[in-house]
Amino acid sequence: MTSPVLAIPKLKKSNRRPEMATQWQLMWWKFKKHHMALVGMIMLSLLVFSAVFAEILSPEIPTERNNKYLASGPMGIHFFDSEWNFHLRPFVYSRSTKRDPVTLRKIAVVDETKLWPIEFFVTGSPYKFWGLVETDIHFFGAKGGFVHLFGTDSLGRDVFSRSLYATRISLSVGLVGVTFAFILGAIIGGIAGYFGGIIDNLIMRLIEFIRSIPTLPLWLALSAALPREWSSLQVYLAITVILAMIGWTHLARTVRSKLLALREEDFTVAARLSGCTDMRIILRHLLPAFMSYMIVDVTIAFPEILLAETSLSFLGLGLREPAESWGVLLFAAQNVRSISHMPWLLIPGLFIIVAVLAFNFVGDGMRDAADPYSK
Amino acid sequence: MIRFVFSRFVYMVLTMAAVSVIAFILIQLPPGDFADSYANKRQQAGAPITTEELDNMRHQLGLDQPWHIQYGSWVSNMVLRGDMGYSWEWRRPVADVIGDRLPLTLALAFSTLFLMYLIAIPIGIYSAVRQYSATDHLFSTAGYVGLATPNFLLALILMYLGQKWFGQSVGGLFSPEYQDAPWSWGRVGNLIEHLWVPVIVLGTAGTAYLIRTVRASTLDELDKMYVMAARAGGLSPMRLLLKYPVRMALNPIVATLGWRLTYVISGAPIVGVVMSLPDTGPLFLHSLLNQDMYLAGGMVLIYCAFTIIGTFISDLLLILIDPRIRMQGN
Repeated sequence: MTSPVLAIPKLKKSNRRPEMATQWQLMWWKFKKHHMALVGMIMLSLLVFSAVFAEILSPEIPTERNNKYLASGPMGIHFFDSEWNFHLRPFVYSRSTKRDPVTLRKIAVVDETKLWPIEFFVTGSPYKFWGLVETDIHFFGAKGGFVHLFGTDSLGRDVFSRSLYATRISLSVGLVGVTFAFILGAIIGGIAGYFGGIIDNLIMRLIEFIRSIPTLPLWLALSAALPREWSSLQVYLAITVILAMIGWTHLARTVRSKLLALREEDFTVAARLSGCTDMRIILRHLLPAFMSYMIVDVTIAFPEILLAETSLSFLGLGLREPAESWGVLLFAAQNVRSISHMPWLLIPGLFIIVAVLAFNFVGDGMRDAADPYSK
Repeated sequence: MIRFVFSRFVYMVLTMAAVSVIAFILIQLPPGDFADSYANKRQQAGAPITTEELDNMRHQLGLDQPWHIQYGSWVSNMVLRGDMGYSWEWRRPVADVIGDRLPLTLALAFSTLFLMYLIAIPIGIYSAVRQYSATDHLFSTAGYVGLATPNFLLALILMYLGQKWFGQSVGGLFSPEYQDAPWSWGRVGNLIEHLWVPVIVLGTAGTAYLIRTVRASTLDELDKMYVMAARAGGLSPMRLLLKYPVRMALNPIVATLGWRLTYVISGAPIVGVVMSLPDTGPLFLHSLLNQDMYLAGGMVLIYCAFTIIGTFISDLLLILIDPRIRMQGN
């Protein structure tokens, strides 16, 4: 078992053995050279992390209304107080409510005499983690008061918490949409590439056709035609299907062209001559050879679907409250008047930019890594 | 060459036909028909319509016919008489409603497209020639961010900044004094003054994408042997660059002109809505929200028609710049 002759030398950075590495290892090495792709990877991991643990990370429940802090701006976290004393434990200034003398509306004002220290793993409003475990632990919170990192909307809901919850929905729409698109693209592209001839021609024309029509108006029209009385879960599923219906074309093209090229390769002929069935050839010999290209395409399709969902929801034709996605949050910032009063409502937009950037970086790195044998 | 043009033309007509079927399906998708919604309106107004009247109306409008006959009459009315149906929300024929606002959408789309190419091609070439220079990195970074920002978000940010710095709304396409004025040179000037914001919003992502494409395709050409040969032959660098590699590199860019147009047209409605432009964007969104389906279907058809015609034109342009395609038939 542990004979020294058979022992495979451990891979170290200094003495990599490309001739012994698996294809996936080669790809990973190549991917790592792409610094921006690694940065993108880290950004994505952070987003996924905050989506998974949204309930714990957010100081409030997204539906909770804070009547003492309506439509008010982000609360800065400080280490130094107004007399420049350093506090090891960061704090926010407390807020008190006053009545505006003109409009008689309640407004929150900063009260620098009192500090609310930030504490970690505090108890707050109860919630069900992943809908399973009932708990009231929040990752952070302000003792004696409240903390709204990104401010609150006109109903007094915490924009930070809502953004985290929205990350979960938005990323999952992307994920489900991409999965549908992946399945559609693999099947249709596979049929085109494997059978060739007239079927291939027809499918290629169909793809050209879909790519030549403006997608957003079509998406809008399709989602406007969804029945109004549908529940938000039904709308969610329908929207992802609509998005996938247009997102599959890229994937299908890749699958087809790779299949057409690989069909003529020597190893395919060899497999056929040794009596492999079609199914076995496709799954065992062809699929692993172009899997990496499909992953690249999925990474590229993801941000497209993300942006599309955001646009739809932003216009009020995609997801609707109580479902929360980045687009739904931005829906509140739709007109000039609300953004000039509450510019912090645009913050969820940053999440979109970061997510799309990250996916584009990772996609670029993967495109280079997909063919590890190229120079 | 004639064969190529002809085949592209046939393809264009077929695509139009397919799109018209899709538009018609969209019109038919929401439950209920025009008569139902009319009856609903009458009900709400307190003057319910009788079943007999309803049937009469259906018969008059041809709504009791099977769908393929309805489709046939919809298409033939459109082609022969320019009649695209009736918008009950506006109480006017769809063609009139769209006709009022279409010129602005087109002005916006084409000036965006024009500026996109005007900006992207020189920058792309420059970035390729000076690969990995500071300027190249600057444009690449800007390009990444430009690609990642959804255009409605860009519109919101620009509007917010405009509000904050200039204290005025940058939405709309005219100043108040020109809002309802008849067309004059002053009004055109005013339009151009306002047009740049939506043009930036609509064009940023596309420009970023184009810069990347131009850069990549020029880079591919720069290493080729023929470039070296020409340089060895003593051609001046500028002349060499523009005459050979750039000319080759423009090929894929012209070929995808149709897609770029698709992209701009696709983004136009959302920008129109966010910036409350008096173009077809808000019209389209309202027709969708109110399920005014003849108007919505007509809009989808028109948006598609422009991109299909754009693709056809880009095919023709390709013949002009690429002799290989021109010679194909001979």
